[in-house]
Amino acid sequence: MSEHTEASVRTDVRAWLEANWNVDYGLVEWRNKLIDSGWGVPTWPKDWYGKALPVGLQSVVDEEFARIGAIGVAKTGIRRLAAATLLAHGTPAQKEKFLRRSLSGEDTWCQLFSEPGSGSDLAGATTRAEFKGNRWMINGQKVWTTSAHHADWGLLLARTDSNVPKHQGLSYFVIEMHQPGVQVHPLRQMNGHASFNQVFFTDAEVLPEHLVLDVGRGWAVATTTLMHERREADGIRTWGASSDRKGRIYDEERAESATVMEPYKWYPQRAGRVDLVIERAKATGRNKDPVVRQEIARLLTLSKSAEWTARRARAAQLQGKPQGPEGSLGKLASSHVARAAARVHTLISGADAMLTGEDGPMNGLIAEILVSVPAGSIAGGTDEIQRNIISERVLGMPKEPRTDNDRPFRDVPKNLVV
Amino acid sequence: MQFSFTSEQEEFRSVLRRFLEEKSPPTAVRRLMETEAGWDRAAWQALNQQLGLTGVHIPESYGGQGFGFVELGIVLEEMGRALLCAPYFASTALAATAILNAGTEAQKRELLAPIADGETIATLAFTEPNGRWDASGVETTAQTSGGRFRLDGVKSVVVDGHTADLIVVLARRPGSTGEEGLSFFTVAGNAAGLTRRPLKVMDPTRKLALLTFRSVEADLLGTEGAAAAPFAKTLTQAAVCLANEMVGGAERLRESALDYANLRVQFGRSIASFQSMKHKQADMLIDVELAKSAAYTAASAAAEDDPDLPALASLAKAAASEAYMQTAIHTIQIHGGIGFTWDNDTHLWFKRAKSSEVFLGDPSYHRELMMRAWNV
Repeated sequence: MSEHTEASVRTDVRAWLEANWNVDYGLVEWRNKLIDSGWGVPTWPKDWYGKALPVGLQSVVDEEFARIGAIGVAKTGIRRLAAATLLAHGTPAQKEKFLRRSLSGEDTWCQLFSEPGSGSDLAGATTRAEFKGNRWMINGQKVWTTSAHHADWGLLLARTDSNVPKHQGLSYFVIEMHQPGVQVHPLRQMNGHASFNQVFFTDAEVLPEHLVLDVGRGWAVATTTLMHERREADGIRTWGASSDRKGRIYDEERAESATVMEPYKWYPQRAGRVDLVIERAKATGRNKDPVVRQEIARLLTLSKSAEWTARRARAAQLQGKPQGPEGSLGKLASSHVARAAARVHTLISGADAMLTGEDGPMNGLIAEILVSVPAGSIAGGTDEIQRNIISERVLGMPKEPRTDNDRPFRDVPKNLVV
Repeated sequence: MQFSFTSEQEEFRSVLRRFLEEKSPPTAVRRLMETEAGWDRAAWQALNQQLGLTGVHIPESYGGQGFGFVELGIVLEEMGRALLCAPYFASTALAATAILNAGTEAQKRELLAPIADGETIATLAFTEPNGRWDASGVETTAQTSGGRFRLDGVKSVVVDGHTADLIVVLARRPGSTGEEGLSFFTVAGNAAGLTRRPLKVMDPTRKLALLTFRSVEADLLGTEGAAAAPFAKTLTQAAVCLANEMVGGAERLRESALDYANLRVQFGRSIASFQSMKHKQADMLIDVELAKSAAYTAASAAAEDDPDLPALASLAKAAASEAYMQTAIHTIQIHGGIGFTWDNDTHLWFKRAKSSEVFLGDPSYHRELMMRAWNV
C-alpha cells in the first residue's frame, strides 16, 4: 500500500472533481455521489464513506474543492457534530441510519445539552430518561437549542440514574424531534433576536436502538460532541459568505445555508465589529478627540495581538509542534476584544448610542453590537470556565475541591426547577 | 510576516537561556546592580567570546553575525528574562543600530567591528532634561569651528552613559528646529569637556547617566543635517527591541508567580486551588502571550523592513509595557507580604518593568504614534 502524500492526494481529488463536478446536479444528489467517492469526508474510515487520509491532508482536499468551486458535504449547523459523534460512538445500525443523511444534508440536527438548571455544569442535567415498556420516556427541559424548530433529530443528554454520582448517571440518545411529546418554543434574547429555543419534553419517546454507547456512559459521548464543537467554533466566524455563483446546485446550497445560518446572523455584532471602528471614528470626527484615540488604539492593540496569537497557534500546528499556551486563549481573548469594541463604539457614537433601528447609527447596527456583545463571554463556555480550563489544563493548577462528584446525584444540591 | 520560530532559532533560544541562567542568576543581578558601573567587563567579555551576541544583527561585512531583528529580539527577550546586567541594550540595540542607519560605509566599517566583538561599549545619547523622546526635544548644538564640530548641551537618561567608551550623540545646527538640522556625532567617553554623572535610578539593573557637553570635539556620523530619518528609524527599531526584552521579563514573572502559588498553603490547601488565583493566572497568561505575539510580529516586521513597522513597533511597545507592568503588579500581589520585601526577587523585575514602561515613551505616547502611523 502506498503512503498518501500531499501531491498524490491533490492529483487524485483534482482528477475526480474534474470528471464528476457539475453545477446542474441537485444538492443531495451531488452529495450522495461525493459520499460514495470517499472525497466528502476523506479523513473518515474507508468503511464509512472516507478514505482514511491523515487529518493534515484535509486542507489539500479543501483547496481543490475551492479551486473548482465544488460544494462539499453538509457541514453547517449541528449536523457535523452529530456525524462526528456517531462515527465515534454509534452502533453500525446507527451509523447506517444517520451518517449518510447527515452528510447529504437531508437530516438536520440540534444539540440538547444545556438546561435551565445546568449551564456551565453540564453534567448536572436533570432531564430524565426512564425505560418504560419497550422504549425510553423523556421528561424535562432543555434550553439554548439552536435550530430545534426545524431539526429532524436531537442529540440528547439525559439522566438515567440519580443514585450514582452525577457523571455516571447520564446517557446519550438520538431523539426524533417531530413527535407530540417534544414542544419547541423560541427564546427571545436581549438583542431582540430569537436564535435559540427552549425544548420541553413530556413523555417524549426514544427507541431503545437510539441509545448511543451504553446506559451511564453519556458523559463520554457528550465530551466527544463538545470537543468537535470547540474545534469548529472558529469556523462559525467565516461561514455565511454565500457565493453568487450560478447553477442549480448553488441555488439549492444558498437556500440551505439561509435556513441553517439564520440564527447566526448577529454573530459578527456579538464579536464587536472592530472592523467598523476607524471608519466610524472618522465619519463622526471623534478621531480628533485624544481620549477616543487612546481607546481606539487600545482596542486595536488588543485585537491585533489576539489575531497574531491565533496565527502563532496555527503556525505551530502546521509545523506539527506541540500546542503551546497560545492555542487555548482564543475564546477568552475574543471576549476581551468584543467588550473593548463595545466600549469604543459607545464612545464614538456619543448620544446616538442611545438610539436603535433606523434612528440609530448605521441603521441600528451599532445598537445591535452594544446589546449583542454580552453573549460572547457566556456562550460556548463562560469566561470563568475558560479561565478554569486555562489554569488547569495549560498551567497545571489544581482543581478546586468539589462536593458533587463522589455522592449520589440525588443528594447534590440543585437549582429549584420551576 | 513570520509567526513561528525556525528550529535553529528555537535552538539558539534554548542555548541562550541555559547560558544566562548560569551566568545571570538573581545573585549575580543583585551583586552587579549594587555597583556604580552596573556591569562587569570580565563577564561581558565572556558573554561575547562564547556566544558572539553583541554583533547579532550587525552584518558580517562589518564584523557581526549577520542575523536580523528576529534573532536580536530573541537575545533581548532572554536577557530581559534573566535581567542580565550588561550594556547590551545601549551598545547593540541602540548605538549599533543608529550607526547602521546613519553611518557612511567607511564609518560602519570602522565603528561597528569593535562593537560587534564587544571591545567597545557604545551608547546613544538623544533625550535631554526636557524628557522628550523624539527629535523635537533636541537642544544640544553642534557648532563648526576650524572644520571641526563642537557639541554643547546636556543629555539625560543616557543608558550606560557613564561607562560607555563611545557615545553616539544627536545634536542640531544652531538655530534649527524640529526635524531640520539634526546630525549624529560620535564622541569618546573620555573626551575633553564631557562630564558624566551617574543618575540615581529606581531600576538599579539599568543604569542611566547625565552627560554634559561643553565644547566637546565630535566626529560627524553620516550626513550633516540629515539625521532625522535615521534617528526615527532607530527609535522604531529600539522600541521593537525593548518590547521583546519586556516580554521576556514578563514571562519570567508570570512563571515565578505560578511557582509560588503552587508552593504556598493557606486555609489547609494550596492557594493555587483557589479560583481567585487561577483566574488571575489565566489573565496573566493572556496578557503575556498577547504581548509576546505583538513583540514577535514587530520583530518580524523589523527584520523585513516592513512599511508598517512604525505602527507595529509602537503597538508592540505599548502592549509589552502594559503587560509587563500588570504582570509585575499581579506577581507581587500573589506573593503577598513576602513579595514586598527586598529579599524576594520580584521587585527587581518590577522595577525593570517600571523603567521600561517609560523608557522610549510610555504606552499612551506610543498609542498616539500608532494612530498617526495608521492615518487615523
